[in-house]
Amino acid sequence: MRALAPALVALVVTVVLAATVAYLGGADAGQAIRALVVGSVGSTSNVAATLLRATPLLLTGAAVMLAFRSGVFNIGAEGQFLVGALAATVAGTASGPEAGRWLLVLLAGALAGAGWAAIAAAFRIGRQVNEVITTILLNFVALYLVSYAVDGPLQEAAGQYPQSDLLAAGAMLWRPIAGSRLHVGVAIALVTAMAVGALLSRTVLGLRLRAAGSNAPAARLAGFPVLRDLTVAFALSGAIAGLAGAVEVAGVTGRLYERISPGYGYTAIAIALLGGLRSGGVIAAALFFAALAAGASAMERSAGVSSVLVLAVQGATLLAVAMLNASLLRRFARLDASAGEEG
Amino acid sequence: MLLESFLATGFVLGTPILLAALGELLVERSGVLNIGVEGVMLGGAFAAALTAWASGSAAVGVGAAAVTGTVLALLFALATVRLGADQIIAGAALNLVALGATGALYRALLGATGTALVLPTLPAIDVPLLRQLPVLGQALFGQHALVYLGLCLTPLLAFGLAHTGLGLRLRALGDHPQAAASLGLPVRRDRTLALAVGGGLAGLGGAALTLAATNTFVEGITAGRGFIALAVVVFGRWSAWGVLGGALLFGLASALQFQFQAAALTIPYQLFLMLPYVLTLGVLLLPSGRASAPRALGARYERE
Repeated sequence: MRALAPALVALVVTVVLAATVAYLGGADAGQAIRALVVGSVGSTSNVAATLLRATPLLLTGAAVMLAFRSGVFNIGAEGQFLVGALAATVAGTASGPEAGRWLLVLLAGALAGAGWAAIAAAFRIGRQVNEVITTILLNFVALYLVSYAVDGPLQEAAGQYPQSDLLAAGAMLWRPIAGSRLHVGVAIALVTAMAVGALLSRTVLGLRLRAAGSNAPAARLAGFPVLRDLTVAFALSGAIAGLAGAVEVAGVTGRLYERISPGYGYTAIAIALLGGLRSGGVIAAALFFAALAAGASAMERSAGVSSVLVLAVQGATLLAVAMLNASLLRRFARLDASAGEEG
Repeated sequence: MLLESFLATGFVLGTPILLAALGELLVERSGVLNIGVEGVMLGGAFAAALTAWASGSAAVGVGAAAVTGTVLALLFALATVRLGADQIIAGAALNLVALGATGALYRALLGATGTALVLPTLPAIDVPLLRQLPVLGQALFGQHALVYLGLCLTPLLAFGLAHTGLGLRLRALGDHPQAAASLGLPVRRDRTLALAVGGGLAGLGGAALTLAATNTFVEGITAGRGFIALAVVVFGRWSAWGVLGGALLFGLASALQFQFQAAALTIPYQLFLMLPYVLTLGVLLLPSGRASAPRALGARYERE
C-alpha cells in the first residue's frame, strides 16, 4: 500500500490539475481527461510514443538514482545528458567506417557524461564544494557549449539552421519494428535501470557505494576506499546520463540542436525520488511521466489544455510525495547501513 | 555615451539576479538551501506580468510579484521547515510546479492572442544632480525603483548580518541550529521568516525582469536566472557585497553580449553567456572556497 501511495497521489493530482486548467481555459474537463488517457496508451502508436519519451527519462532517472543512493546529490544529469549528446554527435557525424559506428556513439556519450560529472567530483573531493551547486553551474556551461557547437563547428553543412548534420546511417540505433520509430535504446534503458538496481543491492561495489553515501566515516573505518567510491559514483551516474543523451541523438532525433532536452535531467530527479530510488519504481515513474507527456500533447490538441501543465503535475506530485514521505532518503540511509536489502 | 548606456543596461539586467540572490543570501544564512528560487522568481515574473497587464499599472505588478514570491516560498517552508521534506527535492519540485503552472496559465489567460505581450514599464526615476554624473550617472541614478531597492538593500544586509542582533541570530541558525535552539531561539519560525522575505525578494526579481528588463512575459522567461542567483551567492561567498559584485558581473556580461551582437563582432555570444558560470566555478576552485558557507546549509534540522 505504501508503495502505491506516490502513484495514487500522482493520479489524483493529474486529474484535478488538468480538469482545473481545462475549466479555466473554457474547455470541457471530461474531454481533456479522456484525451490525456487515449493520447498516452490508447493505441499501439501512442504506446510507442510513450515508450520513446520514457527512454531518456528512464536513463537519466537511473543516473540520479545511482547518485542519490551513493550520497551524491547529482543535480547535473541535464548537463551530462547534453555533453553526452554532443559527444555522440561528434562520433556519429565524423568521417570514417560506418559499420558498428552506433557502438562508438554510445560509448562517446557515456564517456563524455562521466567526464562532465567527474569535474563535480573533483570539486567535492578536492575543495569540499557541494555538488548541488557545481552540477547546476555545469548544466549551464553544457547548455551553452551545445548552443555554440550547433551554431559553429558542428553546424549542418547547409549552414541554414542551428543544428548538426544527420548522423551517419551506421551510427543510428537499430529500429527492429518496420514502420515504427521504436529503437533498441528503449531496451538499453530498461536493462540499464535494472542493472543499476542490481549493482546497488547485489554487488560489493554497490555495498561500498551505499556505505559511502549513508555513512562515510563508518565506511572509512571499515577500510573502504571512500574517496575512490565517491568518484566512481559520480562517474557512473554521469556515464548513464551521458548515455541517455547519446541514445536520444542516435535513436530519435538523428542530430543535435540546442533544445534537444526539454529538461530531462531535471525531471529525472522527480522520477528517481518518485520511484523510491529503486529500479522497479524508477521504471514505473518514468513510464508514468512519459505517458503524461504523450497524453498532454493529445489533450492540448483536442481540449486546448496546454501541455506544459505536465510539468506542474510532476512538480506537485513530487512535492506532495516529498511531504508525505519526508523520511525517504533517511530510510534508505538506515536500510543501507544495515545492508543486504532488496533493491 | 556608449559606455554610460552599457553600464546602465548592465545594472538593469543584473537587478533581477541581485534581488533574488540577496533573498537567497538571507535564506542560506539561516541554513536553508532553496534551489526552488528559480521557480519563485518565475512565479513572481508571471504574477507581475498578469496583474500589470490587467490593471495597466506596473506598481500593482510589483506588489503582486512580492506577494506571489512570498507565498511560493512559504509553500517551500511548509514542506521543508515544518514537515521535514528534503530541501533539494522540495526545491526541484517547486521549480517544476512554477514552470508548468505559469506556462499553462499563461497560455490559458494571456497567450490566446498570439502576439507578444506588451507590459506597462517601471518608469525611470532620475535623482536630481547625481543623474548628470559622467559614466555612472545613468547606471546608478537614472533607474527604475527596483534597481534602487537592490542597491540600497546590499549595504543594509551587509551591515545587518554583521553588526545586528538579528543578523547574529540568523547566522547562528545557519551555522548551528541545535545550539541556537538550546539557547531558546525559535529555529523553525526564524527560518520560515527568512524564507518568506527571500521569496518576496525573488518575486520582486521576477518583476524587475518582466516590468523593466524585458517588458514582456514568455514561458520560462527566467531561463535559469534563479540558478544564477544561487551561483552568485556562492560566488559572493555568502556576503552581500560579494552578491552585488556577482550579480553585476552577470548583468554586465549579458549587456556586453548585446553590444557585441550590435557591433556584429565574431566572438560567439554563447561564450559570453557561459563566462559567469565558468568564473563562479573558478572562484570555487580557490582554496577555502567553502570556508564562508553556513555550516548547516541544506541539512535537515531536527529538534533534539
